[in-house]
Amino acid sequence: MCRLIALTSEEPLSPMIALRALDVMREGHDGSGVGLLLRDLAGPFENMKDAPILSGIFSEKGLKRLDRFMMDVGFMTKYRMSFKSPKTPPPGVPRRDVYLVRAYEYPEEWENLSNGELYSRLLILRLELQRMGEEKGDMIVFSFWPDTIMIKEIGEPLDLAEHLNINRMDLGARVIMAQGRQNTNYEINLYACHPFFIQGFSTMTNGENTAFIPIKEYMMSRGFQGYTGYQSDSEVFTHILHYTISQLGLSIEAYKHVITPLQDEDLKNHPDYQFLKQLKHSCRKLITDGPNCVIGCLPDHSLFMAQDRKKLRPGVVGGREGLFCFSSEICGLDAAIPDRDKNKDFQPMHLDTAIVGPDRKEVTICCQTQQLPHLH
Amino acid sequence: MLSNTAITPSTLSVKDLPWQILWNKDKCTLCGKCTAICPVNAIELGVFRKRIVQTSLEPGATQSSDHSIFYGIRQKTDPAYSCVGCAMCSLVCPNDAIIPARSDEADKLRFHINKGGRPRTRGGRRNVPGSLLDQIKFIRISMLTDPALDAGRHEFELRTLLGRVLSPEENLKFVEKNGWIPPVREIYPLIIGGMSFGALSPTMWEGLQMGVAYLNEELGMPVRISTGEGGCPPRLLRSRFLKYVILQIASGYFGWDEIIHSIPEMKVDPCAIEIKYGQGAKPGDGGLLMWHKVNSLIAAIRGVPSGISLPSPPTHQTQYSIEESVAKMIQSMYMAWGFRVPVYPKISGTSTSLSVLNNLTRNPYAAGLTIDGEDGGTGAAYNVSMNHMGHPVASNIRDCYLNLVKVGMQNEIPLFAGGGVGKTGNLAANAAALIMLGASGVQVGKYIMEAAAGCLGSESDRCNICNIGLCPKGITSQDPRLYRRLDPEQVAQRIVDVFISFDIELKKIVAPLGRSTSLPIGMSDALGINDRAAADRLSIKYVV
Ligand code: SF4
Ligand code: SF4
Repeated sequence: MCRLIALTSEEPLSPMIALRALDVMREGHDGSGVGLLLRDLAGPFENMKDAPILSGIFSEKGLKRLDRFMMDVGFMTKYRMSFKSPKTPPPGVPRRDVYLVRAYEYPEEWENLSNGELYSRLLILRLELQRMGEEKGDMIVFSFWPDTIMIKEIGEPLDLAEHLNINRMDLGARVIMAQGRQNTNYEINLYACHPFFIQGFSTMTNGENTAFIPIKEYMMSRGFQGYTGYQSDSEVFTHILHYTISQLGLSIEAYKHVITPLQDEDLKNHPDYQFLKQLKHSCRKLITDGPNCVIGCLPDHSLFMAQDRKKLRPGVVGGREGLFCFSSEICGLDAAIPDRDKNKDFQPMHLDTAIVGPDRKEVTICCQTQQLPHLH
Repeated sequence: MLSNTAITPSTLSVKDLPWQILWNKDKCTLCGKCTAICPVNAIELGVFRKRIVQTSLEPGATQSSDHSIFYGIRQKTDPAYSCVGCAMCSLVCPNDAIIPARSDEADKLRFHINKGGRPRTRGGRRNVPGSLLDQIKFIRISMLTDPALDAGRHEFELRTLLGRVLSPEENLKFVEKNGWIPPVREIYPLIIGGMSFGALSPTMWEGLQMGVAYLNEELGMPVRISTGEGGCPPRLLRSRFLKYVILQIASGYFGWDEIIHSIPEMKVDPCAIEIKYGQGAKPGDGGLLMWHKVNSLIAAIRGVPSGISLPSPPTHQTQYSIEESVAKMIQSMYMAWGFRVPVYPKISGTSTSLSVLNNLTRNPYAAGLTIDGEDGGTGAAYNVSMNHMGHPVASNIRDCYLNLVKVGMQNEIPLFAGGGVGKTGNLAANAAALIMLGASGVQVGKYIMEAAAGCLGSESDRCNICNIGLCPKGITSQDPRLYRRLDPEQVAQRIVDVFISFDIELKKIVAPLGRSTSLPIGMSDALGINDRAAADRLSIKYVV
């Protein structure tokens, strides 16, 4: 079972906070890998919020191919954050040539594109780069999106932090999501590492998605290019989130009604019965049935946690105004925000979605039996 | 028979028959119960002559040779009266003195059941025991990050949808704009498939309906039952129980005059309308109710004269093609109930099922598709159709489901599988396998007759005389002397038993797979089979 931690803060934080909290929760992961998502960036990226940032791991050859490719499409490097790591990695960590985090300038002819068109082009480019990388085994691309950095690697969280010098001054973010892996495969594929990301939506999950195959088949048949990959059964949670909000135009409060709809009795008593019944029918293929705690982040930098229908996974949210943390375990929360009012810690139950909005003022608990926000 | 009498080509001995009656002279009390109950008069009181030679070693003693007679049971060898192995004689024998035994080799009778050029007709299923469905195992036990769920403790919602489900995008748009959203029923995934009033006896039908009503009203299980093609009793049409009933319309339109005329008086809508285009047991053949069974009650409900055979045409005569059917028939049925009742076709398993499905995907009304595989049962059909015609249901369902996945409509047109589900008694396992291959639910008929009413038929060709109205259990007979043997209350009780135990078994299957809140439709990663060709064909895992 993996361990998860997510932070949202008014003041930029170093990702080390999250990695140390993961270390505290080490009983729940085996140090087989870390995934890190940073958004609402500080430091050098503070002033280039619109510039798409490419994150990934490249071999020297791969980097050359990347440069040629990006040049052909018309992207110019705007800023590069280089990770100088020692030649010999710590035990368990593979040798890599380049960990890349690079912000780009859009090609000129992209400048007047609508947001929708821009987002879909960025997505297509990322998929193309991933495909190229898979072909030759020389690049792994995690994300290509404005104001977003993703780092994933195999190894102990703290070893990796030191190896990559994560503690550096210029790496700061206001939204941080991190997962410590519990490996269930012999060969670790970094594309199977949480968090997953698509067009500003990201989630990480612990548990097992027992309805994976039908959901995957359904997502792949939606005719949306980005619904692909699925090296991990948890990636569908990210895509369902994207589908719910971006394709269906629903709000985060509806997400849980899609993945874990109410049962008949509760549904009948719900003020939005008619709507929810329809949603349950037409999104039946997206119902997840496993033990899962989903922690995610929306394009507006809201963070949320939703539990499975049976509440078989741990999960807690706590903090204070301006700084909140979602964690698999209380010890992780303690490590991240020791000085908070612990009485206000909240463990979302089987009907709850806990949300901290972009203003980071409070934790909003949305219970599934409540009326939904106005449906447009 | 004397050894020098003339014989005909169809003169058979007891050995040539499929079933031999073993009768024990010592135990028999000559009560006559067996000969009275035998549905086909295969046995009669026999007078046997026996020579007794009495010799003595004493010199001078008289040696005699006497003839005596004794009475007993004689099995007839005339093909028209051959034993069907039903074992009703054993059932009634007070001393266990009689039992039928299956012949140790293929019988010779089969070459002769075509007197007057009429091929054999019968009821039952394809005479091939065993089922591929039984070979499918559930292999993806959720052990990875969790213990599996508890079938007895966790909440379960094992429901399925019958009806055209819109895509999420369309659905939300229609909700918002107040557009017409096709009716969708939330039902239990085990449906009692079409067995008509007429094919079944009144007591059997009543028992089924009572059982279904009890399951719904007392146990909250939304079980549905199809009428088959034979209309529906007028009182049921006008009762609140109609909502548990799927009205079937087939090529003979039997009973539909009554149904259409009662629409204004219906208190509730029926669950759905099933348009039968084909039946797995006898593809390409219409329904058939032999004259033996068409008494005045059946005739009245079906709107026909009594005492005549009722063959439904193989095709809907007013239709030119299935495309046209989809367009016309589905639409007119929708119109009849003001677009409030789902309408879907039922076809027999066929290698052309994908084309049918293709048509349905392009019709915005089609509420589902039922595919009835080659192992489906019937009340009456030609033996050749039952044994040799049709398509196995597993690959048919799988192909259709994967095709829907390809076009992204796997949630929009629910597929239902029928034909041989539970053929060897493994109802829940077979149903779960079909659901994980892509079916939204299953239909059962023969299993229900066996489990709820004690039908004796088998795929070793036991009994299977449902067509001639002589059902020894009173299940498929219209003769009051026979159907009085069946107590509707007890049938209802058995229906309830069957569904409750099915439900427990289904939970025992899905819970270890980590599923409970939604039916695992298309969860093919859970399936494995130890036959490589079948695994490839069904796109599931090959396991040894
Ligand atoms: S087994 Fe059935 S058909 Fe055969 S003799 Fe006995 S009662 Fe008659
Ligand atoms: S017992 Fe009745 S229903 Fe069963 S096979 Fe015999 S005749 Fe048919």
